[in-house]
Amino acid sequence: MRKISWILGVLIVGLIGLSGCGRRQSQTITVVGSTALQPLVERAASNFQVKNSAVNITVQGGGSGTGLSQVQAGAVTIGNSDVYAEDQDGIKASSLIDHKVAVVGITPITNKEVTVRNLSKRQLAQIFTGKLTNWRQVGGKNQKITVINRAQGSGIRNTFEKIVLNGRQPVQAQEQDSNGTVQKIVSATPGAISYTSFSYVNDQVRAVKLDNVSPTANHVETNAWPIWSYEHMYTKGKPNAQTQAFLNYIRSKKMQKELITDLGYISIHDMQVTRNRKGQILTDEKGV
Amino acid sequence: MDEIKRQLTKASKATRQDRYGKWIAFICTFLIGLLVVSIFYLVASKGLATFFRGHISLWDFLTHQDWNPGQVSKNGVPSVGALPMIVGSFSVTVLSAILATPFAISMALFMTEIAPKRGQRFLQPVIELLVGIPSVVYGFVGLTIIVPVIRAIFGGTGFGILAGTLVLFVMVLPTITSMYVDSLRAVPRFYREAALALGATRWQSIYKVVLRASIPGLLTAIIFGMARAFGEALAVQMVIGNASLLPHNLISPASTLTSVLTTGIGNTVMGTLPNNALWSLALILLLMSLGFNLLVRLIGRQGRFTK
Amino acid sequence: MNAKIIDKIATAIISLLVGVVVLILVALIGYILFTGLPHVSWHFLTSPSQAFLSGGGIGDQLFNSFYLLILTLLISFPIALGAGIYLFEYAPKNWVTNTIRVAIEVLSSLPSVVVGLFGFLLFVVEFQLGFSILSGAIALTFFNLPLLTRSIETSLSSVPKLQREAGLALGFSRWQTVLGVIFPEALPGILTAIILSAGRIFGEAAALIYTAGQSAPVLNFANWNPFSPTSPLNFMRPAETLAVHIWKINSEGIMPDASAVSAGASAVLILAVLIFNVSARWLGNRIYRKVTASK
Repeated sequence: MRKISWILGVLIVGLIGLSGCGRRQSQTITVVGSTALQPLVERAASNFQVKNSAVNITVQGGGSGTGLSQVQAGAVTIGNSDVYAEDQDGIKASSLIDHKVAVVGITPITNKEVTVRNLSKRQLAQIFTGKLTNWRQVGGKNQKITVINRAQGSGIRNTFEKIVLNGRQPVQAQEQDSNGTVQKIVSATPGAISYTSFSYVNDQVRAVKLDNVSPTANHVETNAWPIWSYEHMYTKGKPNAQTQAFLNYIRSKKMQKELITDLGYISIHDMQVTRNRKGQILTDEKGV
Repeated sequence: MDEIKRQLTKASKATRQDRYGKWIAFICTFLIGLLVVSIFYLVASKGLATFFRGHISLWDFLTHQDWNPGQVSKNGVPSVGALPMIVGSFSVTVLSAILATPFAISMALFMTEIAPKRGQRFLQPVIELLVGIPSVVYGFVGLTIIVPVIRAIFGGTGFGILAGTLVLFVMVLPTITSMYVDSLRAVPRFYREAALALGATRWQSIYKVVLRASIPGLLTAIIFGMARAFGEALAVQMVIGNASLLPHNLISPASTLTSVLTTGIGNTVMGTLPNNALWSLALILLLMSLGFNLLVRLIGRQGRFTK
Repeated sequence: MNAKIIDKIATAIISLLVGVVVLILVALIGYILFTGLPHVSWHFLTSPSQAFLSGGGIGDQLFNSFYLLILTLLISFPIALGAGIYLFEYAPKNWVTNTIRVAIEVLSSLPSVVVGLFGFLLFVVEFQLGFSILSGAIALTFFNLPLLTRSIETSLSSVPKLQREAGLALGFSRWQTVLGVIFPEALPGILTAIILSAGRIFGEAAALIYTAGQSAPVLNFANWNPFSPTSPLNFMRPAETLAVHIWKINSEGIMPDASAVSAGASAVLILAVLIFNVSARWLGNRIYRKVTASK
């Protein structure tokens, strides 16, 4: 028994050492952060590696907060985030460089049995601040509104609160972290309302129009649909050549056309407006 | 002469081996101890920062009901009140343990006393399979089956402590059962034989002798079960509703320490107050299970069956 | 009152409760298999997963789950065995030993996400192991040790005292007695402990998200050089296990067949646990017969 554990120990330590050495030879890019951005970057990484076999890209989730704090600490090459680094507590945004790679549209969704198809921005805000509690008050049937909010500090909640609630305090309600869980809960709970990215709207839930504008990519491009946000990839200081090449690859017209649209994001090249961190819309400036 | 004396008095091979063995075994234990200490250190250093660097008062943390560490409230400090989560965690853990214990005792007795052969063959795989189902799947089944059923029977949204308890019940059952089976097996055979020889029925021998002899084992099994319930996050998170509100009944949305912890940890930045506040929750979790542990040990000592 | 009637009633109640549990399990497994099995095919089991197109499989994840399981057991079993033996045989009965026992029990109540973050901060970032199978295996070891140690100690102490005394009377040292007499006799119990912990390892997701990672680089199953990044044997590569995959597609999956993949993967996971349990038990029984010379 003793011998076996000794041999095992030596073997493990040896292998760690060896594979550690083996790893340094190829260029490694580690990308960590936003789970919403993960499938896109993962896909882009595997395509990129087909052409550049010397580069080894690892893509992981973990959340925007993790992405930002790890890229700031220098533990990873790129930190993915749904929020501006400036908006995240404890991040020195000046040391990070922002690379915006996509735009994501966010829409309120309700349970399918809710008859309300359209809400004004004011009504939506009142629902989420707890002023309106019954669907009858917005023209639906007599049913209690069950608000399902998103996790505190998540990118999607920041965006929603900034644009819809204008900084008012939301009502204490159920909170869920992931788009998939929100979609499942809304589809299973009568009278439920929540919000999610465009790509998670399916036939189990119903997207609601806002001031008679339907949530589509075209409307986001002109800012007629106001609830959208950028997806960011942050690097600490100037990225090295390989990392820059990878970022350029994701932002290239071809990649954006193929992948981003497939995934339900909106390409940064299609946007006719840009928006700064404070929420001001700049129409004419092209490029991001 | 000296040579022979030396040969005779020096440690034999077996003794040396024994010493080595003892050292190796000790080192393993020490490793685990070290691990516990370092995890404790990490959790404590981050968790205590809320109070020392974030200047949140411990009393507010334990008794206030508002959980919003990211925003500064009216009185100038962020509101970090963990009471709803503490109550939530406490309720689901205790309730699921209370619910699971009779089932676990029955399972264990069936496997050791009533039908050792058949019970072993059929129930052992049952327990092992229950352990092997990932918590995400439990959560999903809870969401698609338990929550709607509760909504249909009791009204409301269906999310809440009751749903969490029912899901946890199935998840802690195998832990309690399998550990209790071990301690039932450790009850010496002649205890049972003595009871039967005195003319006791099977149930009398179980109830008066075997159960009592195994009380410390049962308590340990329940602690481990509760520990599992405490630490479970993904499944509970899906069915409890995850609202940091003080639950006023079993079917109103609530939250647990772990559900808030798991939801928030990816969205906060290490070293900031919102992040440290989450580590404080983890610290509470540790301290609560420590408290439980000591309490149950104390009870166990009272009722211990002296060998 | 009539002791025999009470005996009958008690037996009936016990059997009833057991029946309820079995029923719950049958319903649960039935539900999972019923919704999942129609989606399982050879293609599903062998092809790599898809991020957003339908038709993805779980081949790499299935392999990763088994590989991670084996690696975790290789690391955690010797340590747990050593600690179990120490606590059973050598530990003096004093407050230090008691503290260690309490610590082990407290450790088992840590939420797995905390264990995962601890592993992330210490191994992935501090020791630069990166997101890798090795980091994941170490994190799972932390998670696994308390339960395994505790079960091994219990199994060892459930061996009748006579056997231990017989060993010592034959002039064996305590170490020899434990390893040569008590350990083989306790093997079935220890095996149960291993199988139970294996079930948890298979099903664990939260501890792995930050350590082994949640992406599965495509593996080349013809490449058996453990140092190549595409080799399945390389344990410095990130690896998504089946349970993590199920978690991921449930929370953020946007492929059109997400729920089918999730159901199929759950069914496969359950079958994998079942197969592992049956084969481990079979192997254990063979070893048991061999080392204890019982028929």
